[in-house]
Amino acid sequence: MSSVTITREIDARGSYCPGPLMELIRGLKTAAEGEVIAVISSDPGSKTDIPLWVEKSGNELLTVEPLADGAARFIVRKHLRK
Amino acid sequence: MFGSTPQPPQIPPAKQPEQLAPLPMPKEMTPPATANRMAIVLFSGTIDKLMSASIMATGAAAMGMDVEIFLTNWGVWAFRKDDYLTNTRVSADYADKRGVLLEQIAAKKVTSWMENLEGAKEIGSVRITACSHSMTLFDLQLSDLEPIVDEVIGVAAFIERARESAMTLYI
Repeated sequence: MSSVTITREIDARGSYCPGPLMELIRGLKTAAEGEVIAVISSDPGSKTDIPLWVEKSGNELLTVEPLADGAARFIVRKHLRK
Repeated sequence: MFGSTPQPPQIPPAKQPEQLAPLPMPKEMTPPATANRMAIVLFSGTIDKLMSASIMATGAAAMGMDVEIFLTNWGVWAFRKDDYLTNTRVSADYADKRGVLLEQIAAKKVTSWMENLEGAKEIGSVRITACSHSMTLFDLQLSDLEPIVDEVIGVAAFIERARESAMTLYI
């Protein structure tokens, strides 16, 4: 994977469904086209919800990294709706 | 073996009920949903159910659906100004779990149902209306409710919105 600059990371650990997804949506709202942001979630619902939302909303999920504490880091690239 | 068809026993025809009035049928079947919308009838005013309703609304808003929430009875009651700040009511059928639920909500710093609804409004198109019948019942005006409530409407107006919706929940 070519190197990607994450411009913002949101740590939503300890927030419950649908909190981490909401954090991601809020974060992407203010991001520019092509900007990459990361959200860390400890809620198991995020594993289904974030990839589904990212696909539906026309953004791009670059990767999901499992963290040692059981949380996951979702790295998402913003794409403006066409 | 297969040549003769056994005659079924003769069963006398069922007695016809005396001229029942035909059921009033709609002219057409319910038309398919025309709106990408989730409708919710929010009847309950206990936080366990308000929480579920607020999470459903948020999920629908996140997935790009419009949301129409119609408050009736205890749903209206829970949206009276500032009531949510002190609302610790839990469904009576789970009254024995009330203590543990409230403890867990506090310990885990769970976002309140009101915050969820505010979030849903922020990211999507969410309209919250109050049932005019309940408003009359409780002697309330729109100004007595939290500002998150958009309008007071009659049941027919809500049914029309629900008819067009892809799904309707009753909570």
